[in-house]
Amino acid sequence: MSDKTDKTEPRLSVFKTYKLYVGGKFPRSESGRVYEVTDSKGNWLANVPLSSRKDARDAVVAARKAFGAWSGATAYNRGQILYRVAEMLEGRREQFVREVADAEGLSKAKAAAVVDAAVDRWVWYAGWTDKIAQVVGGGNPVAGPFFNLSSPEPTGVVAVLAPQESSFLGLVSVIAPVIATGNTAVVIASEKSPLPALSLGEVLATSDLPGGVVNVLSGRTAEIAAPLAAHQDVNAIDLAGADEALAKELEIAAADNLKRVLRPQPVDFFATPGIDRMTAFLETKTVWHPTGSLGASGSSY
Amino acid sequence: MPTTAPSAPPARALADVTASDSTLRRFLHGLPGVDAVGLEARAASLGTRSIKTTAKAYAIDLAISMVDLTTLEGADTPGKVRALGAKAVHPDPTDRTTPTTAAVCVYPDMVAVAKEAVAGSGVKVASVATAFPAGRAALDVKLADVRDAVAAGADEIDMVIDRGAFLAGKYMKVYDEIVAVKEACGTSARLKVIFETGELSTYDNIRRASWLGMLAGADFIKTSTGKVAVNATPANTLLMLEAVRDFRAQTGVQVGVKPAGGIRTSKDAIKFLVLVNETVGEDWLDNHWFRFGASSLLNDLLMQRQKLATGRYSGPDYVTVD
Amino acid sequence: MTIEKRSSAFEYAPAPESRSIVDIAPSYGLFIDGEFAEAADGKVFKTVSPSTEEVLSEVAQAGQADVDRAVQAARRAFAKWSALPGAERAKYLFRIARIIQERSRELAVLETLDNGKPIKETRDADLPLVAAHFFYYAGWADKLDHAGFGPAPKPLGVAGQVIPWNFPLLMLAWKIAPALATGNTVVLKPAETTPLSALFFADVCRQAGLPKGVVNILPGYGDAGAALVAHPDVNKVAFTGSTAVGKEIARTVAGTHKKLTLELGGKGANIVFDDAPIDQAVEGIVNGIFFNQGQVCCAGSRLLVQESIHDELLDSLKRRLSTLRLGDPLDKNTDIGAINSAEQLARITALAERGEAEGAERWSPACELPSSGYWFAPTLFTNVTQAHTIARDEIFGPVLSVLTFRTPDEAVAKANNTPYGLSAGIWTEKGSRILAVANKLRAGVIWSNTFNKFDPTSPFGGYKESGFGREGGRHGLEAYLDV
Repeated sequence: MSDKTDKTEPRLSVFKTYKLYVGGKFPRSESGRVYEVTDSKGNWLANVPLSSRKDARDAVVAARKAFGAWSGATAYNRGQILYRVAEMLEGRREQFVREVADAEGLSKAKAAAVVDAAVDRWVWYAGWTDKIAQVVGGGNPVAGPFFNLSSPEPTGVVAVLAPQESSFLGLVSVIAPVIATGNTAVVIASEKSPLPALSLGEVLATSDLPGGVVNVLSGRTAEIAAPLAAHQDVNAIDLAGADEALAKELEIAAADNLKRVLRPQPVDFFATPGIDRMTAFLETKTVWHPTGSLGASGSSY
Repeated sequence: MPTTAPSAPPARALADVTASDSTLRRFLHGLPGVDAVGLEARAASLGTRSIKTTAKAYAIDLAISMVDLTTLEGADTPGKVRALGAKAVHPDPTDRTTPTTAAVCVYPDMVAVAKEAVAGSGVKVASVATAFPAGRAALDVKLADVRDAVAAGADEIDMVIDRGAFLAGKYMKVYDEIVAVKEACGTSARLKVIFETGELSTYDNIRRASWLGMLAGADFIKTSTGKVAVNATPANTLLMLEAVRDFRAQTGVQVGVKPAGGIRTSKDAIKFLVLVNETVGEDWLDNHWFRFGASSLLNDLLMQRQKLATGRYSGPDYVTVD
Repeated sequence: MTIEKRSSAFEYAPAPESRSIVDIAPSYGLFIDGEFAEAADGKVFKTVSPSTEEVLSEVAQAGQADVDRAVQAARRAFAKWSALPGAERAKYLFRIARIIQERSRELAVLETLDNGKPIKETRDADLPLVAAHFFYYAGWADKLDHAGFGPAPKPLGVAGQVIPWNFPLLMLAWKIAPALATGNTVVLKPAETTPLSALFFADVCRQAGLPKGVVNILPGYGDAGAALVAHPDVNKVAFTGSTAVGKEIARTVAGTHKKLTLELGGKGANIVFDDAPIDQAVEGIVNGIFFNQGQVCCAGSRLLVQESIHDELLDSLKRRLSTLRLGDPLDKNTDIGAINSAEQLARITALAERGEAEGAERWSPACELPSSGYWFAPTLFTNVTQAHTIARDEIFGPVLSVLTFRTPDEAVAKANNTPYGLSAGIWTEKGSRILAVANKLRAGVIWSNTFNKFDPTSPFGGYKESGFGREGGRHGLEAYLDV
């Protein structure tokens, strides 16, 4: 029989088919298109979906559908789920170290530091979910018989252009603050290095995060971002992954329904973030309620 | 159009409401709630109306004509009551164009004296009864009190409700008592029902008491005795005006309103007239339907009246003490 | 003597506020670098009293060159102003607050003349809020370290501010007070129909000894506003006005480093449940849509009433509307004043006609309109659905669209069914329902069992196409800080 393999031949590995992550499912691009992703040295890594405008549209539908339940979940619950993401990621540490090293041309040690920082970032934001309202909201001492309270609320569906260079730590650093506060996200992965982002989808899918809260698209950033920036059912856009010209073009398109726009800015993703990426996608709701005196006899004439 | 309240409990349309304690409770607690801040804000905003010149002159005369000139002191004597009566008939002895007040208001034992003092003037005699001001006496005693006053010629009876029963939720007891007093008033005397709003404490209670009183046949609903810390306020009077407005809309029966106690200046009185004007309108701008229970108010109205007539400010020496 | 009953109810004699308290000059210049100056091209425009169409004054009309000059003046003033200790900036603002209080009757009369709104409102709402706003932000100037934006937050630089005509001086206060407290300098363009109170404010700045160039006032039209917003040396743009212009401004500043806050239109839902405190709800509805003739971005212009009490509520509402007094805005008893301009009147008229054409039922109380000036009777539309133009477009006038709902879910769905998200009202005696509904409404300001309440400590601003950023409170500082 010839089923004896030569012991010196390496085992042929099983490639992963990288797919989009939309509405909790892993579809291919509806266009059927893919593009080739290589490592920093130009070696082929995978064929990934080249998302179309219709994929973007579907992702927005999924994100909108998920918004009610996610924004309505308790902050404690959201915190636990974000922490669960960190747990799941920790378990897949090796895989991400490899993907990050390939994608960004980093040494194993440096890639490990990136992945560790990304895990820690999920933990950091997991702790924020039930604190941000106390930090940015509060009672207002109005000059009248009214109870007046301002609270932050998520703005809705946020389109996120993930950073192009920092394909994983940068990615986590822009997704986590958006969903920590109850928004849902349509994320465009780093165009050149989308694999960590697509793999993150697999982690999110197994972290109790409801489907649709985060939707990950790969492809040409400019092509996917244009319909998202113009989409009337998208409430905000993070332009982290856009260059100057694209950012301007998208900001102009975003004005059509007055999206909240977070312009690209230099960020050191290793540094502890501030709360700006959360507050950028929070609305402040202020509710007035009469108090008055306990009894009619308390009124004076 | 104003209609006269019939002597029997009027609200045929609402007859079922008083069928039992529980139906009455359900009805009263089903009335729309009152938001205190909103009510007070509305009353205050009407208080900023600016009443000038001819409107002011008219308002002052109207207010004088609506005063129930009151003395309710342990120290009341026939002499004091006669003086009060004379003042009600001729509020300003120097100006005979001054309208008379609506009524004098006295304790039952002074009714006969008061009646004589205002005889032939059109000024009515109102008497507080039902163990005024606390109302803490047996029903028989209260009814006897009423009958005495009516027998002595009282045109109007100002009763107090049993606030204890009301606050204990015994609405039917309060209702029955008002019905009994109304009966004791007979056909000759109109009945004013005093809630002592300061003791009912909440606006929701005041609205419920207003409906309770009207269902039981009150001709007038009245805020207070003048004997507690908080008496008539623009807000509680506004609320009672809304109640009589709504009651007429539902039953066709018009009921009067009398704020009493704490209204001391012309400015205050005019604010109340503005409340009447803008809440229930001209149908109530008449002393058959609106009264002020007051004593010192009258002199301030008279001084303002003199000021309007002469252009100079008057002083207390130019109006009479009671 | 008995009193003769009058044929009509207790009438109020006219009670006009004296006009002599305010001295309006025949002409005004632009206020640049502490001086009044003519426009570079010499252009002027007239401002009229909307209640009489009388010309009140002739005002210099700013153009591009004037915008340049004003921005330069503000830039020159910025270094020194921003370097002042916060406590010193605070004292300037406290001075301004006090001077406004001292001159409040004069400014109220002026505002009523130029805007057309009732003196009752300028006296009891606009001016007290203006002074309070300066007083509130004055106190922040030396406490910015504690505002939650990190230590020593920096100002942005020159703020270009464009304000509307509906609350001229109040909108000026909302813009200028936080800008100055945080160390910015400003160039402000008031609306072309209501330039006067901003020019009087320039005089308040003079009395307060405010350094020249810190506040610059440029009366003018939309072109001046556009030039200001587009000016390359402006660091911050703040605009209150229509959503259409807001979008244009957002496009203009796209790709720049200018920080932008927008406070735009609204189509506020005022939701009345069947257990509402009904008399107060009626007052709230009236206040919600007829305050300032409905020319309020946060007006409760859509009444959503639970179907079970629709008829009863409408009867009460109509009865109440019949007591509204429309007329001379200077009369202290006037509830409804004039519409601000012929242009706005035409817009309101056209939308109301559209409402009728689309089949809604129109009602107004018997109400005599003065023969000169711009007037519109308080108007209700019933039988309105979400599909009607008058339920979707901001009318910015005294026109209320009445819709019905059956359940709280439906009320929330209808309330949120608009691109706007500025304000909403909830009327119910059930506390848990207030909280549940308030939670679900997508609007920046929610009034439960009240409406149209404002306070300098209370953040104000919209969701969705009603704009972004907040004015008022600690939140209002963020718009003027580099954070």
